[in-house]
Amino acid sequence: MPYSPTVLVALLTLAAGTFVFRFTGPVLRSRLTFPPRAEHLLNTSAMVLLGSLVVTATLATGQHVGGVARPMGVVVGGVLACRKAPFLVVVIAAAAVTAVLRLLSVP
Amino acid sequence: MFIIFNMRSIWRTLDRDLLRAIVLACLAVGAIGVSYGAVCVTEGFPLWFPAVAAVLVLAASSEFLFVGMIAAGGSPVAATLVALLANARHLPYGLAIPPQVIQPGWRRIVASHLMNDESVVLALAQPDVPRQRGAYWVCGLGMLICWPAGAMLGALAGNLIHDTEALGLDAMFPAIILALMLPALRERAMRGAVLAGAAIALATTPFLPAGLPVLLALFAVFLNPAPKGPQEAL
Repeated sequence: MPYSPTVLVALLTLAAGTFVFRFTGPVLRSRLTFPPRAEHLLNTSAMVLLGSLVVTATLATGQHVGGVARPMGVVVGGVLACRKAPFLVVVIAAAAVTAVLRLLSVP
Repeated sequence: MFIIFNMRSIWRTLDRDLLRAIVLACLAVGAIGVSYGAVCVTEGFPLWFPAVAAVLVLAASSEFLFVGMIAAGGSPVAATLVALLANARHLPYGLAIPPQVIQPGWRRIVASHLMNDESVVLALAQPDVPRQRGAYWVCGLGMLICWPAGAMLGALAGNLIHDTEALGLDAMFPAIILALMLPALRERAMRGAVLAGAAIALATTPFLPAGLPVLLALFAVFLNPAPKGPQEAL
């Protein structure tokens, strides 16, 4: 049984800490005025974070980099998105390709 | 009442394609939520735990990490720190979102809680403030409903769901974010920075705890010269 009152305290701490991370950006943004150049950098930062998230979520499972099924699915989804396929097609194709490859016991 | 009134004016700014993208992203997250709820109860957490965690934390990857570490016998303190590290990216997200999207006062508190990968990427992809605001709020509120609802459903279905990987659900999240950020990647300088960041994150993933590689990727922002040229001061 992994659950205990300590785990609930840990969960509440996680929730509070996450809120602080989320709240800090908007507060700073409302108190300070950034020059356009800095705003551009902040925008780039968000995109860099999102891009890195895509790549690590695609290629890594925990700290282990490997596997083919998921990357293939995401690549197929990405190519479809580049070709302006509907969003639904992109998402379903990514999951379907991955699922089929796993069905064929591709790691 | 205020929220409802506010939502109505926000709703009008969304065109069909954008709304469809938001609904789909929310449904996909709901599906991942089902697997999350199932994993939680299979590992021995009480039925209510995944849904409560989903409402309070509202950040999928960090919750998976938290639950996984505790189920594996890790200490609650370590699990909290690891999950917090995975959520640190929300600070730079909040700096990137224009203040007119978040809005001042009590709305800022709600809007902050609604900050997630999908709402941020959708908002940043919009051309003007009204549409940015609409995308951010509707997507964020949709996630606040779908993620816990999925988690609850998964917890109730519990042991019925055995192999969540078989459906390829784990490929949906990266595919969604990738598809939503493609328009921004058409800009060359942006593409360079994102690729460099991704390379940094991938290279450091085997050696660092989750969350840290993505933060290290931020160095790529400074490696890349801005489009206006290097002479201009920061």
